[in-house]
Amino acid sequence: MRALTLKLLRNLWQLKGQGAAIATVIAIGVAMYVMSFTSLESLRASQHSVYQNQRFAHVFAHLKRAPESMAERLRDIPGVATLETRVQAPINIQMPDFDEPITGMALSIPDGRQPQLNRLYLRAGQLPEAGRDEQILVSEAFADAHQLQPGDRLAVVVNGRYQRLLISGIALSPEFIYQIRPGEIMPDFARYGIVWLNRNALEAAFNMDGAFNSAVLSLSPGYSAGGVIAALDQLLEPWGGTGAYSRDDQLSHRYLEEELTQLETMALFLPLIFIGVSAFLLNVVAARLIRTQREQIAVLKAFGYSSFTVAAHYCLLVLAIVLVGSVIGVALGAWMASGLATLYQDFFRFPWLEFQLRPAVALTAIVIAGGATLLGTLNAVLRALRLPPAEAMRPEPPARFRKTLIERLGIGWLSQPARIILRNLERQPWKAGFSVLGIALAVAMVMLTSFTRGSVAYMMDVQFRLAQKQDVTVNYIEPAASRTLYELRALPGVTYAESFRSAPAILRYGHREYRGALQGFDPDSRLFSVLDDQLRPIAIPKEGVLLTDHLARMLGIGAGDQLQVNIQEGRRPELMIPVVGLVTEFVGVGAYMHRDTLTRLLGEGDTISGAFLAVDSEYQLELNRRLEQVPRIAGVNLRDNMLEAFNQTMDETILVFTLFSLVMAGAIAFAVVYNNARIAFAERARELASLRVLGFTRRETGWILLGELLLLTLVALPVGFLLGYGLCALLAWGMQTDLYRVPLVITPQTYVLAAGVVLVATLLSAVVIGKSLARLDMVRALKAAD
Amino acid sequence: MTKETVFSTRNLTRVFRMGEVEIHALRGVDMDLYAGEFVVLLGASGSGKSTLLNILGGLDAGTSGEVRYRDLDLSRANERRLTEFRRHHVGFVFQFYNLIPSLTARENVAIVTEIARDPMTPEEALALVGLEQRLDHFPAQLSGGEQQRVAIARAIAKRPDVLLCDEPTGALDSKTGIKVLQVLQDINRRLGTTTAVITHNAVIAEMADRTLRLSDGRVSEVIDNPNPVAPDRLHW
Repeated sequence: MRALTLKLLRNLWQLKGQGAAIATVIAIGVAMYVMSFTSLESLRASQHSVYQNQRFAHVFAHLKRAPESMAERLRDIPGVATLETRVQAPINIQMPDFDEPITGMALSIPDGRQPQLNRLYLRAGQLPEAGRDEQILVSEAFADAHQLQPGDRLAVVVNGRYQRLLISGIALSPEFIYQIRPGEIMPDFARYGIVWLNRNALEAAFNMDGAFNSAVLSLSPGYSAGGVIAALDQLLEPWGGTGAYSRDDQLSHRYLEEELTQLETMALFLPLIFIGVSAFLLNVVAARLIRTQREQIAVLKAFGYSSFTVAAHYCLLVLAIVLVGSVIGVALGAWMASGLATLYQDFFRFPWLEFQLRPAVALTAIVIAGGATLLGTLNAVLRALRLPPAEAMRPEPPARFRKTLIERLGIGWLSQPARIILRNLERQPWKAGFSVLGIALAVAMVMLTSFTRGSVAYMMDVQFRLAQKQDVTVNYIEPAASRTLYELRALPGVTYAESFRSAPAILRYGHREYRGALQGFDPDSRLFSVLDDQLRPIAIPKEGVLLTDHLARMLGIGAGDQLQVNIQEGRRPELMIPVVGLVTEFVGVGAYMHRDTLTRLLGEGDTISGAFLAVDSEYQLELNRRLEQVPRIAGVNLRDNMLEAFNQTMDETILVFTLFSLVMAGAIAFAVVYNNARIAFAERARELASLRVLGFTRRETGWILLGELLLLTLVALPVGFLLGYGLCALLAWGMQTDLYRVPLVITPQTYVLAAGVVLVATLLSAVVIGKSLARLDMVRALKAAD
Repeated sequence: MTKETVFSTRNLTRVFRMGEVEIHALRGVDMDLYAGEFVVLLGASGSGKSTLLNILGGLDAGTSGEVRYRDLDLSRANERRLTEFRRHHVGFVFQFYNLIPSLTARENVAIVTEIARDPMTPEEALALVGLEQRLDHFPAQLSGGEQQRVAIARAIAKRPDVLLCDEPTGALDSKTGIKVLQVLQDINRRLGTTTAVITHNAVIAEMADRTLRLSDGRVSEVIDNPNPVAPDRLHW
């Protein structure tokens, strides 16, 4: 057994090139798997731990204004464990050297104390002291974006009143893990901030003395949110309640969930594809590797080693490679996961991260990759063992060949080397097929990991060039008369303005519901279009409502059905509105109708919720300053800022992830192609040496080998494109959320990239093999019977 | 009559380094091969005969000494010249045929004629070895003797100056072997191709014009044979 162990070690050394390629594929498969699951599980664990420790509320309610005495009645609702009232106010923030408008939200905390729910985590400084009304806490994301520190002053406009406040601390809240301005799709930390003030201070600033306009509560065990929400809504209706909602509809939580779900899709899908492809390749490669050992296996058997010992010997050989690959893979995966989790922390503002690498995750990855490798090995070893030793030791008889199908179809002009290539491929169609499939999978993986960039660009293009053409969106604090539009039109730089009406509403069909808004537009809108499935603008009909196709799917509703609408403001009418058509939207979901019809259904006069503006960019800064001074404005969204924030976020998150994957896919592509070439070289060494002896140059013999490689690659490209398209479609489908749907758009660049990566891998392999070819020992290759 | 020298070696040595051991395969070989003759290089296993043939054929280079093919100094030729030399001047026949299994008999010959300067057609070459009926058979469909004859056809199709044969009958039974030798002699006589056959089978020497006996890396004996025997009268 000792000699056999030595042989094992020497074989490992001899096979170091191919072994390294196999170990690389294992390492990548395992690393992707470990990285995805570990980073996702870490985020999930962090979410859970933060929610638990910081006592994230279960139900949220907003109203116009209610006296504090109402709080006791709310606490009496069965199922309420803890209820806390507070004041919340929209604010503008002014930063020196920052010309663009900054909006935000001010929330009250009990004077000098932590709130009971949604407790704050202080990253730096301390809570505002009781009785010190000028002290303020700033959210970490905003503080980071403007490099604010405790002790700095911050200029805040509350209710039209300018105040210079003192930052006492930097805080994080479970309520704002995903800190995003309502109505936007990506966070913009520099232009949207959260601040916390003592209750007394905010009451005074927002004219809320002895009153509250927001309540949060936690549920007693065994109670569900539904009953409590119904009771809350009933009690708060006279006080201008806008409808209580559970965590599921809380902005940060919902976005966090959506993002995590999307990550889950990616985290499940990509590594499964990776490890699946790795497993397939390993199986094929291990089997071929063993086939080159056929004679040695026969010799060992001739010496009297049992089949079991021989099989174990080769399994051990492969196991050693698996082990090396797995160790590297787990370490790499854990390292990448911690990097990724830290990266996501810029985005998901968790006070702390619970990083956990579960042994089960690592083990599963190793078992999948290692198992497939061993299976391929065992299969090949057993086949070699079945031969009588004498037969296995003899050189393989000349392989049987026939004229290829292509030749029989009558292409007689092929040169002999071309015939060699074709016949080699046709004689072993399975082997050629597996090679093609392997390379095709590599192509598909590159496509899968890179198509999102093009798709997202397309998505944004459709959204902001075809659908929403306004430069600025102005949202009012509450609906106002339509004549206010004239004030906006008169502002500097505004070249065109049109109004919209948006009413928060619960949309229901059957037992499904969606909390969103009913939006009314002018039918001849120039800045806002709804698009059909061919992306052509559709006119907004006078009656009925148009739904985003994704929303219609979520509700299970179609054109012609009656949508039940519970308006959540004003008189809160319950409406039945026929769905008259579906519109295509990649970003967000909506229910759109004629503005006049909407205001009629709302039972109001001619009101608007805000306006879309087209702006001369030269006047943008001046306009920003003027908009800040208009008191009824709750928020201003600038298209360019939104795009910038979106692109930045995409770059930081999804695209970093896909870049990781792209590098991995490239490495796999190389490993596949290189192994193919390496094995083809080993199998052909004798034939190639014969040709060299006959007077063929290195280049000419190289062509036979590399021509085969190139042909396989060329055949694999279209197959890979098809496979890739399918995988991309699957991923796009899996990543649909109501925040956005990545359209399945595969740009020519994606195809070119995928083909390029694989062709470069082919070229690199060709260079390496070319070197071996130069070292080919003609004499030895001729002498050795095989 | 002065004989035209095709190959000549002077003090040719070849040392193989196998790890820390040096094996002296050739220890100073002086020999000449003349145009048109049929020479047998006779020697036991390890006598250096294959090494000598490989160096003459441009597959290997000596460690020291001189090897000339007509005006070409093989001992100083680079890789490109050697490839060209093999391509245009030398025909090889090996013990294990070394046919390309994926090509038919005709195509195995064509692979050489396609890169040669003034070749015969594959059909002509195969007719010369008596295989005009087996043109489209793949190696796996041919007997050992037939495969070796394809190899000979492949070697002669380019009309080489020299035909170098390394144990051409080594893998064949005697009856088939004799058929192969007849083909070789026939080619030598008809085309005047200088032919060198290496073998450990002393019987074959009887059909040669000249026999060089190799032992321990040197030419130990040169035997002229004014009356070569026809191959069909050989027995072993």
